[in-house]
Amino acid sequence: MSEYSKAFEDIPGTVVFDATQSRIGYHLNMFCMSLMKADARAAFKADEAGYLRRFPMTDAQRAAVLARDYNGMIAQGGNIYFLAKIGATDGFSFQNLASKMTGMTEEAYRNMMIAGGRSPEGNRSKKEQNG
Amino acid sequence: MADIVAGIATSHVPAIGAALDLGKTGEPYWQPVFKGYEFVKGWLAEQKPDVIILVYNDHASAFSLELIPTFAIGCAESFAPADEGWGPRPVPVVQGHPELAWHIAQALILDEIDMTIVNKMDVDHGLTVPLSLLFGQPQSWPCPVIPLAVNVVQYPPPTGNRCYQLGKAIRRAVASFEPDLKVMIVGTGGMSHQLQGPRAGFINTPFDTAFLDGLTRDPVGLSKIPHIEYVREAGSEGIELVMWLVMRGALADDAKEVHRFYHVPASNSAVGHIILQNPKE
Repeated sequence: MSEYSKAFEDIPGTVVFDATQSRIGYHLNMFCMSLMKADARAAFKADEAGYLRRFPMTDAQRAAVLARDYNGMIAQGGNIYFLAKIGATDGFSFQNLASKMTGMTEEAYRNMMIAGGRSPEGNRSKKEQNG
Repeated sequence: MADIVAGIATSHVPAIGAALDLGKTGEPYWQPVFKGYEFVKGWLAEQKPDVIILVYNDHASAFSLELIPTFAIGCAESFAPADEGWGPRPVPVVQGHPELAWHIAQALILDEIDMTIVNKMDVDHGLTVPLSLLFGQPQSWPCPVIPLAVNVVQYPPPTGNRCYQLGKAIRRAVASFEPDLKVMIVGTGGMSHQLQGPRAGFINTPFDTAFLDGLTRDPVGLSKIPHIEYVREAGSEGIELVMWLVMRGALADDAKEVHRFYHVPASNSAVGHIILQNPKE
């Protein structure tokens, strides 16, 4: 891995969509892209597992989609702008997806944002957190 | 001669577009956001730009992973609002300015900035939400718009300095266009926000304030901020701020701040907006 990509590993709770993530996530993200069309969204909702088999993804990627495990999808190369199309297909907003990824209820997350958002203090660096 | 007279920056949060389209602008949550854009609407009605160059990023709408241009300029006659999964936004089709767009594309490439030329492209909230914030809800947009898409989805995005230098090259390109045109440039995205992972909801008001200040006090300093610092200090999607540097680069070194607005939150983001004007020559 390049020094450029390695530096981002110090950021807590964050996966940067770099060359490696894009490579391993290509088919997962292209599945998401297919959901841009209404008939594809209907076909996916009618038979999710069957629809996912059309794309040469790993079984673990398919399982993460079926479980709507967004952090799991991101770990396996999913990019949030592509994954948001699954959320849209399910009828959920970006804020709802964000709350899921933080493990908070949507209401608690929304209130955190109204109160000014997640503070940078203690959230800049893993080294800083452990040091 | 064509001339860039002013630059505007604004966030392009999709929920702002949804609030407008669904008639929620009067709700207490949204009121302060829309109030912050009242000034620019009146200012633009007075200034009457002939053309706007709008720097934005596509969010997996026109460009998937099949094709990822770092800098792309829209040279088409028109650009339709994209269907982002909920159907296209009910906003006017964007009319382009092919003659100026092609002139800029040619001038930039000869100036050694290797643009991708796009003749067919739907435009998503990254472009249409700023237009809604600047112009409200007209039957048609009041002037032609040249879309300039910057990749900030796939890492690495262009460096801040490259964006700043692109802006400078755009200024030279516009100045070499013969017809008299009053041009404005809009940089969009940001400010601090993170949409993904356990750190979602990240907001850094001191960083955002320093960035707004830096646009007039020290743009060259801003252009040197590395990607890692954006992600660390402004959240993973705060990287969009490099697009503001294209706008800044296209203005005179001594451009003056006319107006600014900052508010937290709109959905997951800090909303930032600034108007910078070149000195009268």
